[in-house]
Amino acid sequence: MPGRRSVIGSYQAVADIAGQRFFSTTIPRHADITLTVDGKEVTVPQGTALIQACEAAGATVPRFCYHDRLAIAGNCRMCLVEVERSPKPVASCAMPAMPGSKVFTNTPLVHKAREGVMEFLLANHPLDCPICDQGGECDLQDQSMRYGSDRTRFHEITGKRATENKDLGPIVKTSMNRCIQCTRCVRFANDVAGVEDLGTTGRGNDLQIGMYIEKTMDSEMSGNIIDLCPVGALTSKPYAFQARPWELKKTESVDVLDAVGSNIRVDSRGVQVMRVQPKINDEINEEWINDKTRYAYDGLKYQRLTTPLVREGDKFVPATWEHAMESIRHGFLNSGARGDEIKAVAGALADTESLVALKDLINRMGSENLTTDTPLGHLPSPTGSEIRSNYLFNTSIETANEADAVLLIGTNPRHEAAILNTRFRKSYLQTGAEFALIGENFDSTFEYEHVGTSAKDVESFLGGKGKGAFGKIWKEAKKPLVIVGSGVIEGKEGAAVLKAVSKHMLDNSARFLAEGWNGFSVLQRAASRTAALDVGFTPSAAASKATPKFVYLLNADDIDPSTIPENAFVVYQGHHGDLGAQFADVCLPGAAYTEKATTWVNTEGRSQMGRTAVPPPGASREDWKILRALSEVVGEPLPYDDIYTLRERMWDVSPTLLRYDTLERPSAELVTAGLKQLSSASVSAGSATAFKKPISDFYRTDPISRASVTMAACSKAFTKKEYETTQVDDAIGGQASYA
Amino acid sequence: MSLRSALAPLRQAVRVTPRRAFGSSASRQSESLFVHRDTDYNNPNIKFEFTPENLKEAQKIIDRYPPQYKKAACMPILDLGQRQNGGWTSISVMNAVAKLLEMPKMRVYEVATFYTMYNREPVATNFVQLCTTTPCQLGGCGSTKILETIESHLNVHPGQTTKDGKFTLIEVECLGACSNAPMMQINDDFYEDLTPETTIQVLQALSKGERPKPGPQSGRRTSENSAGLTTLTGPPPKPGQFNLPEFQ
Ligand code: SF4
Ligand code: FES
Ligand code: FES
Repeated sequence: MPGRRSVIGSYQAVADIAGQRFFSTTIPRHADITLTVDGKEVTVPQGTALIQACEAAGATVPRFCYHDRLAIAGNCRMCLVEVERSPKPVASCAMPAMPGSKVFTNTPLVHKAREGVMEFLLANHPLDCPICDQGGECDLQDQSMRYGSDRTRFHEITGKRATENKDLGPIVKTSMNRCIQCTRCVRFANDVAGVEDLGTTGRGNDLQIGMYIEKTMDSEMSGNIIDLCPVGALTSKPYAFQARPWELKKTESVDVLDAVGSNIRVDSRGVQVMRVQPKINDEINEEWINDKTRYAYDGLKYQRLTTPLVREGDKFVPATWEHAMESIRHGFLNSGARGDEIKAVAGALADTESLVALKDLINRMGSENLTTDTPLGHLPSPTGSEIRSNYLFNTSIETANEADAVLLIGTNPRHEAAILNTRFRKSYLQTGAEFALIGENFDSTFEYEHVGTSAKDVESFLGGKGKGAFGKIWKEAKKPLVIVGSGVIEGKEGAAVLKAVSKHMLDNSARFLAEGWNGFSVLQRAASRTAALDVGFTPSAAASKATPKFVYLLNADDIDPSTIPENAFVVYQGHHGDLGAQFADVCLPGAAYTEKATTWVNTEGRSQMGRTAVPPPGASREDWKILRALSEVVGEPLPYDDIYTLRERMWDVSPTLLRYDTLERPSAELVTAGLKQLSSASVSAGSATAFKKPISDFYRTDPISRASVTMAACSKAFTKKEYETTQVDDAIGGQASYA
Repeated sequence: MSLRSALAPLRQAVRVTPRRAFGSSASRQSESLFVHRDTDYNNPNIKFEFTPENLKEAQKIIDRYPPQYKKAACMPILDLGQRQNGGWTSISVMNAVAKLLEMPKMRVYEVATFYTMYNREPVATNFVQLCTTTPCQLGGCGSTKILETIESHLNVHPGQTTKDGKFTLIEVECLGACSNAPMMQINDDFYEDLTPETTIQVLQALSKGERPKPGPQSGRRTSENSAGLTTLTGPPPKPGQFNLPEFQ
């Protein structure tokens, strides 16, 4: 990986704040070099670590501390290989590949070296595999089986090194005796997550990982250190002693708890989701997922709607599907709803298939009143839905870290798209990107300049009145990037902000819309919003004025109750008994994202397929099937009987929905046309009302995470800061002394 | 500080038993903690601020390094803090250093826990560090004797502070004055060529508040041969003295 060399051994250097970042402005492109690994020639770019060259030649090199997405530490020595004319075996991760060198990974010397390293690592390891949660997916276990000695020479009657456990909060469980001091967790925390409190204290035999003072690991990315830890020192608290990896069925799927569309692997046993793990996707989440993605899964067990419910008086009564459908038909007929008085509201967790089906159904019933549960969701979106680039994250997550100056408007990427935030932390540390924010301050993992709070400030900043250092940086930036938060677009000032931004883009199109760069991005925070706009799930201007008499809530749980008239007949379809269900006359139990194979479109406009990991509980059904059944009952049957015909219909609506895993970038003309549309909107100038963060509690944003016990604990610990650190070991708790 | 206790097991090993020894060396763990525990004398709420003089001194140190590598000054400034704080580095000192150098606190904690000469627990006004590494153990009367002398004179064991709060005694590894073994360091001064008598003299002087003359207590100069010089006895040659006449 070119550019990697620039971070070698600098994790301490880069971890610092205030002007002490590590700079290497361009990624140097080096010529290729050729070397021989185990008699096989291999050509790699200059500067590649030797371990990667070996990998490229097909030779496996065992490792503990090396991780290709982290800085290099070179402290475990497991990756020793033999290099011709080198007197000692060399640590291949910390050694650049040299042209013409001859490397051997499979000689007696190497075997002996590995065995020796293994022996040292195990000397202080508790060997408690039977009671360790890492068992079955432990690098130490696997590699000791493969490379270790078959017997021990360790007969230490005085025992092994002991280290007290640290309490890092409700997510990470520690068992520090097992730690082999690879420092992967430290490097991740400092470089990726931006938690600069994790480090190593002491030295030699006393070296230990921790924060020195008692402290939780307050990061939305903390769960990743569990995956990174090659041994069982860091394991998952919610998953502790729940299952062994070989018992789990693994399903590759997509996360829907934010709009990033992180690729995940859902591990299930029987009908239960046991855990969620990241799946590597370099274009989106690399190898990380945030803690909500990882730990909200226990919310799938609680507060579920498992059977249709019909309201009788002020009580919900369980009903059969037939009864529920009949009640809806009666309710609909009795409500007398006609045309635009039939209103559909789509929530954050509605999948694309059911959005299309619901839109078709409502349209067939003669209504254009297709809304979302956002604050002004009953009005057409200021972005419009015709030109995709107006509401997409055009810059793409993968290239977002190329931006050298980023202006965030009313958004906190740390909570709205934690994965994107890690990219920004990377560019902040490695290429010295500069950031500025217009909006509410937040606890950031990069430094930013606060240049305003309101739509008025957006107008004046982009109008060239940018003061301070960032105003100057902005004018000189080669790859500037504006990110407009979804909270802004959903608010009253959305159109005004978009107008100011699009004007600025068009005026500076040479920099913002250059070849291979698009500096205009809208950051969505809910999984269904992009798809909703893609399929045209927005009300017509006329429809948005109608007073609804029949309201259909599809996963709409963030709805403002005042938008539902008293006497309207309300149907709620969704998987959790959350806010939306409270207003319903009839509740139809749908499937959650782990229980259906559906399409999701992320904020970049990339459509991805989620897959079924477990069956929907009880009598609940896949959402599009419910809509299909309902269409029959209300007398407007939808013309698709299976998922394939429905997907054909989706193709007609928008072919991009079915071009899975590809990112289609709109052409420059289209982007310009879109910006022209935004800039010509007739809106009054932005007011001085400060933008509000749309997410106040990262751990409780949707029905699934609100039902999750783990997320409740995280919210208490990290949002409210009410975590009580357990005294790790009172027995040792006395004073330290000298000796 | 694992090294400081290195000799404890050695001394035990003298008691040879007929049984076969399983562990050839004991798993040696430091007795000091590498995590911080809040106590009433050491917690982040105790204020610590550099005095104006020390701030000036700190600025001088910081100026030695390029501005973006301010953190390079971490070690000398921690030392400065330790001196100001009566010989030990409390959590507040570390926090003050982090603030001054604009580095994450943990980076300072890492440094402070790595090096043994940052005392993370309070020490007495006279911090007696007795070297007990092999050369000192063998040289002169041997450090074991000195250790016993100090222990019985001050009535403390290594790691402890006297009741009157005047002395803290610890064992340390080689301080680089092996040629004058045995030796001890008290605060910034080396007392070398010790015998039980001179050791007690030094300690008595210190407890009276005097500052005994540092260096060899045997009267010899630095580490010159105690039996008199055997070489380099004459005056040093003048420049060109041995050159051929034409080059003189
Ligand atoms: S806790 Fe795990 S990841 Fe961290 S240093 Fe120890 S072994 Fe490595
Ligand atoms: S992987 Fe190379 S030293 Fe750890
Ligand atoms: S051994 Fe004591 S000073 Fe070197």
